Amino acid sequence: MRRWIRPALIGLAIILAILAPVGQGNYITYVLTSWLIFSIAAMGLNLTLGYAGQISLAQASFMAIGGYTTALLTLAGWHWMLALPVALSFCFVVGLMLGYPALRVKGHFLAFVTLAFNTLVFLILRNEEWLTGGNYGLVGMPRPDFGLFSTMKQHHFYYFTLTITIVAAVIMWWIVRSPWGRAFKALRENPIRAESLGVDTRRLTLLAFAIGSTYGGLAGALVTPLVQFIEPASFGVAHSLRILLMVVVGGAGFFFGPFLGAGVVIILPEFLRFTEGYYLIIYAALVIVMLVFTPKGLIGLGALLRDRFWGKRVARGDLKQGAQLK
Amino acid sequence: MSQFLQVLLSGLATGSIYALVAVGFTLVWQAAQTVNFAQGEFVMVPAFFVLVGTHVVGLPLWLALALALVVSVVLIGALFKKLVVEPILPSGGISLIIATMALGILLKESAKEFYGAEAQPFPAMFPTDPINIFGAVVSMQDILNLIISLGVVVLLTLFLNRTRTGRSMQAAAQNPAVAEILGVNVKRMVMYTFLINAALAALASFLITPVYLAKFSNGETLGLIAFIAAIVGGFNQIRGALVGGLLIGVLDNITATYITAEYRAALPLVLLIIVILVRPQGIMGTSEGRTV
Amino acid sequence: MYRRTILAVTTAIFAAMGAAQAQQAVKIGMVAELSGAGAPAGTNWRDGIKIAVEEINADGGILGKQVDVHEYDTQTDPQVSRAMVQKAIDEGAYAILGTIYSGSTLVNMLVAQQNEIPQFVGSEAPTIVQKGNPFVFRTSSGAQKGVPALVPYFIDTLKAKKVGIAWVNNEFGKGGRDVFAAEMEKAGVEVVADVPSEQGATDYAADVSKLKESGADAVFVYMNQEESARFLIEAKKQGLSIPLVGEVTLTEAKVIELAGNAAEGAIAHVGVTATATDIPGIAEFNEKFVAKFNRNPTHDAIKGYVGTWATKYVTEMVGEFSGAKFAEKMKNLCLNVAEHPRMLLDTCWDEAGEMSRPSFMVQVKDGKPVVIGTAAAN
Repeated sequence: MRRWIRPALIGLAIILAILAPVGQGNYITYVLTSWLIFSIAAMGLNLTLGYAGQISLAQASFMAIGGYTTALLTLAGWHWMLALPVALSFCFVVGLMLGYPALRVKGHFLAFVTLAFNTLVFLILRNEEWLTGGNYGLVGMPRPDFGLFSTMKQHHFYYFTLTITIVAAVIMWWIVRSPWGRAFKALRENPIRAESLGVDTRRLTLLAFAIGSTYGGLAGALVTPLVQFIEPASFGVAHSLRILLMVVVGGAGFFFGPFLGAGVVIILPEFLRFTEGYYLIIYAALVIVMLVFTPKGLIGLGALLRDRFWGKRVARGDLKQGAQLK
Repeated sequence: MSQFLQVLLSGLATGSIYALVAVGFTLVWQAAQTVNFAQGEFVMVPAFFVLVGTHVVGLPLWLALALALVVSVVLIGALFKKLVVEPILPSGGISLIIATMALGILLKESAKEFYGAEAQPFPAMFPTDPINIFGAVVSMQDILNLIISLGVVVLLTLFLNRTRTGRSMQAAAQNPAVAEILGVNVKRMVMYTFLINAALAALASFLITPVYLAKFSNGETLGLIAFIAAIVGGFNQIRGALVGGLLIGVLDNITATYITAEYRAALPLVLLIIVILVRPQGIMGTSEGRTV
Repeated sequence: MYRRTILAVTTAIFAAMGAAQAQQAVKIGMVAELSGAGAPAGTNWRDGIKIAVEEINADGGILGKQVDVHEYDTQTDPQVSRAMVQKAIDEGAYAILGTIYSGSTLVNMLVAQQNEIPQFVGSEAPTIVQKGNPFVFRTSSGAQKGVPALVPYFIDTLKAKKVGIAWVNNEFGKGGRDVFAAEMEKAGVEVVADVPSEQGATDYAADVSKLKESGADAVFVYMNQEESARFLIEAKKQGLSIPLVGEVTLTEAKVIELAGNAAEGAIAHVGVTATATDIPGIAEFNEKFVAKFNRNPTHDAIKGYVGTWATKYVTEMVGEFSGAKFAEKMKNLCLNVAEHPRMLLDTCWDEAGEMSRPSFMVQVKDGKPVVIGTAAAN
């Protein structure tokens, strides 16, 4: 691919994202905002799963931790921008702790541990009413106000979220391009070889978990002011599976996979709503079909098609070389 | 004391049904590396087949049960393997986890859409008259549930260890390549595992639904419990899943009675985490066999 | 050419029809729990509304306009419910009917309030009418009104000195449990067993056994339908012989169907019940519902029905489609059955949107809920 294509595509995507809510009603803007938020959560899981190869079924619980921390602090009068670092640090520390089991067990077992963790977080949020409001949840969190720019309006909140998403994406881009990021990939491809090459796999595994979890926390910190209400049931295991679905549908290990995956998972049901009672049935069936035919996700499908196209050119090059050898 | 006996016996009766579900879960996991997130829905669905048989078609109960068993074996056994597991397994465990999760949603929403959102009563196969045992009250239904579940698990163990087919199935699960060389039809053996899983799920469905009632969302709770039971007990041994099921059934009741009702659901999860970290082969499992 | 003409003509006809439709119809957004844990409540709510809309349209609609109901599924998820209320309003809904789960209502009522759209809800959590939202109206009494109506029954009729509480640990169960526990403390009655259970729990042996050992004189049972039925079955098995008293759910037809003879003797305070068939409006609704949907209506169906009719009555009292004037009119409004027969019972709202109407004490006798007493509106 020519060098300018990628930046041009990214630029185009950002312009589209800026124009998307123009002239749209509040509902569409709301859906677009949740698409951005879930993209952030999926980006985090994509680092843990797609780059570092560790299965986590607890991303929703980090959204919960980030969301509740932000909610409690903003309700206590903190500005959102001050509450955010606290929420993110908290998620980072808990993510590190959850990473420890990943040092001992792999694959399915890690999935089970993280799934159990997610349910435990749910139980604590529900039962510790003095802190979290229990079943009733927390309500009435203020949206951040930046003097000249208040995010009370749905459109304003969308641009606020878009800015944060772009910043988060740039940081993620830097992480996966850095030596760390390459070490993450080495860890996924062949942990033993990575270790023999001097990669500290223990530290990397923990970091992958902690950074991935922090992105989950960031998404949660944005859900709080968006919905202005949080309750434990919004962060159950089903939601973790949904974020996992986004990563896999988009294409695990591809940088833009989470954006595509979150888009499909959030917007597809909207298109199917006209079927009323059947839309979840059709949706589930489509997911299965998609997994059968595009195992590497939608971006993987794109790459596959491109390879085919490029494959032809490579074949021609071979022919030429063959001719020269004669 | 009678209270302790009460929760113990009730826990055993419920736990024995969890065990059936957990055994099937373990079998499929071993034979095809499939962590089935739709296992709970596999227990929910057969009850609805029975209800369609008795209420819509108007069959007598025994015939409806028999037909539901056959339909379940075909649908959530054979078709599940052919249409979902076989095409997706090569792309890896995570894709399969998601596919089974989507299948779970599909089954749940279908039951709701085509039969109804409200819970339905389900005919009891056994008398429910209370029997008093040293101050604890159980029903004939509880006792028979326990006996049938234990009996089926014992028979299944005998089948797997004593018959040629059973041993071939074990070989196919433990080392498919070597089994193939030794002349075992691995594909067929794996298919048998899926059929057995479906039959176990259907049986569990028939036993638990008279008490639990038929509802589309039943799988959410049952699936999670079965899965915890399978791992806590030991994933590579059938008797492990049995012990796991009974243990979860009893522990749940004892926690709720003597320790905490708010956190009764937490204990099995904590147990799960401890078992995985300290003894990943499970309480009853052996450290040999496949590690995942 | 011919084809193109046909196409143009059909398009024109459809466009004209659409425009005509749009002119005559008033949109109402039905936002409810059509999937997920709340589906039983949500589908009943929807079907009650369907019957009301058929009747209203046969009756000439609202202010001469036909009613067009759009369905929005919240999946029993508060975040989705908020998005759906927003969507309904974006699509031009004049009023919102729903949601039922209090967790959802608490979130989505903010959206309706911002847009000044009247909203009838089926939720019973006390906090809903305590937020100063002038656009939210209940279709049944909140737990803080319904549960206290039970207190005289525990104290005067059952003469209970010690009580147990069995409740489902979600936002619905916790709401009822908190109100009941506070009322008991006020009345000087000791709560000797406080037993929460999970939604969808399989085994109630521990719960019943704890209540049995506690020495309570009566038990307050506050759970959803199938949980109530499972609890009653286990209580029957263990021979729990003290009175089991609930609010609304415990004696519903569905629970009796599920629990069979285990429901015998269960008592509940019911705001409005399909079994109160000596009230003509309710009997007629019951018949229509069974004929159309082939099952018995629950109180959620009646709530949806009443909410839809209230929308018509009040709009026609206002005389125009205005959310703000609707809300103004609703304050301290009473609709009596003599003039507004489809309200089924004399119904009043206070300035906060809380509702009150006469209620019943019901007991299951020979597999049927029987009205054993009436409580005045409070």
